[in-house]
Amino acid sequence: MSLPPQLEELVEDFAAVGPKDRLQLLLELSRELPELPERYADAADTMEQVHECQSPLFLAVEVDDDKHVHLFFSAPPEAPTTRGFASIMHTGLDGEPAAEVLAVPDDFYVALGLAQAVSPLRLRGMSAMLSRIKKQVRAATG
Amino acid sequence: MALQNDTDPKLAAYAHPERLVTTPWLADNLGTPGLVVVESDEDVLLYDTGHIPGAVKVDWHTELNDPVTRDYVDGARFAEICGERGIGRDTTVVIYGDRNNWWATYALWVFSLFGHADVRILDGGRAKWVAEGREMTTEQPKPEVVEYPVVERDDTAIRAFKDDVLAHLGKPLVDVRSPGEYSGELLHMPDYPQEGAVRGGHIPGAASVPWARAAAEDATFKSREDLSAIYEQEQGLSPSDDVVAYCRIGERSSHTWFVLTHLLGFEHVRNYDGSWTEWGNAVRVPIVQGAERGQA
Repeated sequence: MSLPPQLEELVEDFAAVGPKDRLQLLLELSRELPELPERYADAADTMEQVHECQSPLFLAVEVDDDKHVHLFFSAPPEAPTTRGFASIMHTGLDGEPAAEVLAVPDDFYVALGLAQAVSPLRLRGMSAMLSRIKKQVRAATG
Repeated sequence: MALQNDTDPKLAAYAHPERLVTTPWLADNLGTPGLVVVESDEDVLLYDTGHIPGAVKVDWHTELNDPVTRDYVDGARFAEICGERGIGRDTTVVIYGDRNNWWATYALWVFSLFGHADVRILDGGRAKWVAEGREMTTEQPKPEVVEYPVVERDDTAIRAFKDDVLAHLGKPLVDVRSPGEYSGELLHMPDYPQEGAVRGGHIPGAASVPWARAAAEDATFKSREDLSAIYEQEQGLSPSDDVVAYCRIGERSSHTWFVLTHLLGFEHVRNYDGSWTEWGNAVRVPIVQGAERGQA
């Protein structure tokens, strides 16, 4: 499995600790999710809602002239798990070449080892996020 | 030793006021020996972002469910879960959570399967406590481990299985899901993941009463009068009726089970936790589609 370097590093971080610390790691990531830039702050309707997440999550994907992907997320503070998932995507994929993002295996999140700590049901939001990101990247790079 | 009840006048109107406490009551009683406060949320990380001082966390997904069989934990595991959190058999347990106490009532229902006598809900839950600017902390409590007896779970009184529901057809059923799930247009909650029901619709004869109708804007339960208007006047249910409530996996219907049983004083309410993820996949069970209740 080939992952972009930042995502690979995250997967290694998660794999290196036990289930309880994985939750702590996810919590830290949830706090690091960047705020929306101003051009999206008042334009939630231009973002795509990820319906598969437990709590409202909005996503915007931009592909720049060099075919690098930029990701923007919005999720409320009372949904830290969803924010944590979004932050994994942001940390791991933001700024990466479109081809690299499209090459991320759809089940990469299994390697994070969160199923036990978070439950498989809650993890579905993460795979939905990735598939929606890829769909938008494909549309933008057509 | 059980703590005294909250004598708040709004609570006094309910059939079992001892099942609820208000935020001022909880603030006054925090730290009282014999009380353990439990947070039960949908979001597995929410507790860790800050919680009521001294509160412990119980996760419905990873702790109250058996990890292998589709069932709740057994008596031995439940005893561990309680004991580790400083909950003894005679402890007063107050549960609160996110989303109108949805998951708090689910935890209370599971505690009730094990016959834990004194278990209460914080009216308004996490949202009200936070909205009132009350103290929150990220400090993890370190409860002294106590001995909780291994009690066999009693699934006969407040839990219904598929065969029970088949035998119950023709008697009152309450479907607490969204209108789209009830009619069969949606196979899952709006904005939630598909959880694999292969058929949409509802159990024949079930009334559609979405669970959150019982909650007020501030996440507290509606008054006795308002609840009675919904379930008794509008739906024609009566406290002596034998009622089964269901949703998708039995969590939203725990909320309705709590309302009917403890706030309106219904005596025979069971929660069908198999709910639509079982019924909508079962072979040859009757299903009705559309907005009408249909005949059993």
